Amino acid sequence: MTWEIVIGLEVHAQLSTSSKIFCGAPTAFGAEPNTQADAVSIALPGVLPVLNKGAVERAIKFGLAVGAHIAPRSVFARKNYFYPDLPKGYQISQFDLPVVGQGALTIQVEPLSGDAASAGSAQAYEKVVRITRAHLEEDAGKSLHEDFHGMTGIDLNRAGTPLLEIVSEPDMRSAAEAVAYAKTLHSLVRWIGICDGNMQEGSFRCDVNVSVRRPGEPLGTRREIKNLNSFKFMQQAIDYEAQWQIDTIENGGKIHQATVLFNPDTGETLAMRSKEEAHDYRYFPDPDLLPLDISEEWKEQVRATLPELPQAKQTRYVNELGLSAYDASTLTASREMADFFEAALAKAPGQAKLCANWIQGEISARLNRENKNITDAPIKPIQLAVLIGRIVDGTISNSAAKQIFDHLWTPSVAELIIGDSLEEVTRGIYTLIEAKGLKQVSDSGAIEALVDEIIAANADKVAEYRSGKDKLFGFFVGLAMKASKGKANPAQLNDVLKRKLAG
Amino acid sequence: MSITNTDVRKVARLARLAMSETEIETARAQLAGIFDLIAEMQAVDTRNIAPMSHAQDVSQRLREDVVTATNQRELFQSIAPQVEAGLYLVPQVIE
Repeated sequence: MTWEIVIGLEVHAQLSTSSKIFCGAPTAFGAEPNTQADAVSIALPGVLPVLNKGAVERAIKFGLAVGAHIAPRSVFARKNYFYPDLPKGYQISQFDLPVVGQGALTIQVEPLSGDAASAGSAQAYEKVVRITRAHLEEDAGKSLHEDFHGMTGIDLNRAGTPLLEIVSEPDMRSAAEAVAYAKTLHSLVRWIGICDGNMQEGSFRCDVNVSVRRPGEPLGTRREIKNLNSFKFMQQAIDYEAQWQIDTIENGGKIHQATVLFNPDTGETLAMRSKEEAHDYRYFPDPDLLPLDISEEWKEQVRATLPELPQAKQTRYVNELGLSAYDASTLTASREMADFFEAALAKAPGQAKLCANWIQGEISARLNRENKNITDAPIKPIQLAVLIGRIVDGTISNSAAKQIFDHLWTPSVAELIIGDSLEEVTRGIYTLIEAKGLKQVSDSGAIEALVDEIIAANADKVAEYRSGKDKLFGFFVGLAMKASKGKANPAQLNDVLKRKLAG
Repeated sequence: MSITNTDVRKVARLARLAMSETEIETARAQLAGIFDLIAEMQAVDTRNIAPMSHAQDVSQRLREDVVTATNQRELFQSIAPQVEAGLYLVPQVIE
């Protein structure tokens, strides 16, 4: 009998403001303990919260990017619980009136290896995941449980850091879909510049709600996997948790609502000891904060600062540039990647496909190997454009272009190209082509002489070819290319060879 | 809505308030009075009135995203019961 896995995500994205959400303390990561915890962060009596405009702006930006309703009036509420890293005894959050309402995110699902749910269909597909809401709230501090002779150490630097909690509908049906959603969201928040997305530093944390049911039945009881900070762990945790729930039910057991933690060492999920009355947060509107009004005018001002979004770019790349959906989605994986592509294309008009191929091929391969981002690539978009231009105009062959590319990747060589203007880069690349002797031979006299020599030196093979062994053509091309040191214009070489071999 | 002493004990526990049985009885009576008042107010027809979340009908003023606070850790920690390595020390919390 089949089971359906139902997954919903709650993502905490740390907003990239300089100061905290309700006070002017800094938010920089990695400072000495409690040096960024001012009177508001540590909740000294009498302090009052004042809302950070930058945090609200980022929330609006996100809402607009997922096509959500931006609440003209939203309200901050107190979520009450006691824990030493929450010095006020409550977290300021939003409850029944969040700043961002319903929206949606389109995801491209790539089936994951070992994912039971998608094993049957290895095809990538598109899916729309509904976003329930997104609300502003403050982060808590950090508790350090080790090494303080039986005491717990509290660092309140993180207390009051602005978070946007983004809640999805339970629309995902496999670990692959959940990971695709999380990755798309991760890319989007960085794309629109509201979160640095650094998962190691906790800037993007995922809680995953998992339940299982027979298809068509009502939703099963869910368990929440807390604080996943890598996509790999997310996949492992969901796969394990879903199987555990299925096994439990099939063995006659029942699922109880619980919060679980994923242990990366064992690959298992384990229920946390549930705190008594843990969910009794007694939310109520925070009397220290007035309702937040967002005018149509402010919303439109923020909209004007939004960059072209990945989804819109993909559509444009397919419709206007003639790229495949796959190319379009790879090139928009990050804004830096899309910027690189567009900068190259601007200097190599009409060569979208070649630009895409080079970026996804040579450049991505090297970046992966060297564990670098595209912004660290030694080759500049304009250099790639000029290189592509030389392939297109026949100055160099594809294989010679790869050699030039190698040189451009070497910082000492790349520096030989002085200047950023099209003229300067073009001159630089020509110099490099000349210096390395890679200029393509398109002189038909030279090519004919070369072919004549090969035919004369391989009389036996020529005879075989002429008696019908067509496959030998590749052998002759290879010889000729080698003789020309890879510089013969391939199209021309083919023509001459065909003609001469025919006799 | 009627409120029982058990309800009061639960809320007191959530709020970390130690209350004697006499205090619980007093609080129960007072809370019951408040609930009666709420019940009375609920009789009013409010269908066309937007709920207020604050006593004042004005909106939140915002501050610019600028760092204004300076590091006053030493001052703040001078009144803390126990500190070490820049951390506030508290009785151990175990999940």
